[in-house]
Amino acid sequence: MEIFGVSVQALSGQLLLGVVNGSFYAILSLGLAVIFGLLNIVNFAHGAFFMLGAYVAWAGIAQLHFNYWFSLLLAPVAVGFLGIVVEALFLRRLYKFDHIYGLLFTFGLALVLEGFFRDQFGVSGQQYAVPVQLRGTFDAGFMRMPVYRAWVVVAALSVCLATWYVIERTKLGSYLRAATENPALLRSFGVNTAALVNLTYGFGVGLAAFAGVLAAPVVQVNPLMGSNVIIIVFAVVVIGGMGSIAGSIVTGLTLGILEALAKVYYPESSSTVVFAIMALVLMVRPAGLFGRDAVAP
Amino acid sequence: MKSTAALVLTLLLIAVAAAAPFAIYPVLLMKILCFALFASAFNLLAGFTGLMSFGHAAFLGTGAYAAGYFIKQWGVTPEIALLLAMACVALLGLAMGALAIRRHGIYFSMVTLALSQMVFFFFLQSRFTGGEDGMQGVPRGRLFGIISLNDDLALYYFVLTVCVLALLLIWRIVHSPFGRVLDSIRENEQRALSLGYEVGRFKLMTFTMSAALSGLAGGAKTLVFGFATLVDAQWHTSGEVILMTLLGGMGTLSGPVVGSTIVVLLQNVLADKVGSKVTIIMGLIFMVCVVTFRKGIIGELSEVLRPMRPDGARRGETASHGDAPAAEIG
Repeated sequence: MEIFGVSVQALSGQLLLGVVNGSFYAILSLGLAVIFGLLNIVNFAHGAFFMLGAYVAWAGIAQLHFNYWFSLLLAPVAVGFLGIVVEALFLRRLYKFDHIYGLLFTFGLALVLEGFFRDQFGVSGQQYAVPVQLRGTFDAGFMRMPVYRAWVVVAALSVCLATWYVIERTKLGSYLRAATENPALLRSFGVNTAALVNLTYGFGVGLAAFAGVLAAPVVQVNPLMGSNVIIIVFAVVVIGGMGSIAGSIVTGLTLGILEALAKVYYPESSSTVVFAIMALVLMVRPAGLFGRDAVAP
Repeated sequence: MKSTAALVLTLLLIAVAAAAPFAIYPVLLMKILCFALFASAFNLLAGFTGLMSFGHAAFLGTGAYAAGYFIKQWGVTPEIALLLAMACVALLGLAMGALAIRRHGIYFSMVTLALSQMVFFFFLQSRFTGGEDGMQGVPRGRLFGIISLNDDLALYYFVLTVCVLALLLIWRIVHSPFGRVLDSIRENEQRALSLGYEVGRFKLMTFTMSAALSGLAGGAKTLVFGFATLVDAQWHTSGEVILMTLLGGMGTLSGPVVGSTIVVLLQNVLADKVGSKVTIIMGLIFMVCVVTFRKGIIGELSEVLRPMRPDGARRGETASHGDAPAAEIG
């Protein structure tokens, strides 16, 4: 069976890869949105933390022979802790200035992290096999589904949904939303907003590292993997807006799938299709698809 | 008083620049000049208008490739190649600017970054650019068809003239009524809008001019080195020009020149000694700059010197522009 001259087998394989990439976009843009909401900082280093997560997992599993599940937990916690330190030492000093300085600072941080890993490991990718427990394929009816890819999608989307639930439906989430809206008022109610902000940055960065661990066996682990993906995620964020959590998830997934379709039907465009869609959205709906205000932020 | 001093200082600097190739390797000096022009063009948009573009590498890269293309394929003389390259980049700037100014603040930065990445992929996949190898072997040619630029010294004076003229143009723009409007847009866009200025048009014009001048810098760079590569169009370069401007002083006229001189010299010295660690050091300078001196070297200096000047209380350009980026950008 063929659809527009492409076999269903090949098409569904690419689409699955699109969903996998889309869930990385979703989880990364979600982290960006959470951080931006509370810190008013566009975290350029998000890609670098994603890369860092992949390296921590690689070091843990391939070098130190840790258990996969342990590494999956270790990497986000370790990277999140690094994020907490960065926030406490530096970012905290920048809140009173224009938002652009946060972007510039984290850009510098991304250069440092990327430069460090390039210096240590070179630009070539590290071998990192799919964990033993998640190898093989299963029959999903329409295609042979690789277990690992299915696991990545399930894990990434579960984390996204859990984050959405915590922020929109719990007490802690209500504090977060209040701090986004009016931090001064929340502080007057006796909530330690500084700690809240600090932990949020750690959490957002940890999300990026979690995505990095999941991505490690799918993409090549190399120092540039972070910056390559973060620029696409920026476009995703411009398209979807950072105002809505559900919006980031939906936009991320959709763009991953569209990118996969481009790869099948017009491969030359696959690296630019997300940017082209962004340009189109800017022309038609300047505020972004999920932008709340009529006036674009 | 102050303007005479500035004039004397400027003439002195030009004299030093004219004498410099007899003491320092001209190609290094020309590299500094190209980046000084690039950073100044970027600063016209970021520092004086408050639009922080993260995609200026697209303009440098397009200028570099376009100049190389016109020289190699059409066989035009260097000055025509530079003008044509500028025209191409102006068109690109117009298109990118029209999209980017639809968003504000950090979204503007992200849009410009994404669009420039699109340009990067275009160059990566196009055949005429030579892909990963870059466009090699661009001849310097003869200026006006007469003067050979193969001599480093001759090319140096040509590049110096181009850069000085371009910097004068930027100075003229900033100090014109048009520049005053840009000032007001940066300080308070809503108010400028309510006063009846078509803010969008001013932004787009500045974006296009900034792009065209960046393209000129890129074209000059191709002339100097004889090749254009993907590095010129890569996002790292967009970051580098921000670093140069930030380090020297955003929204000051001399800041980008000072900043680019320091960064290029530093890269030159470091590349021999630490090799691949240059990126780490650049990143560290970025972080230190943002945390400790956001006004840049020139901005902080003029802050220190201001109380000593008798006319310090007046609205001098350094005084108001020094802390400009700290004001509302988005």
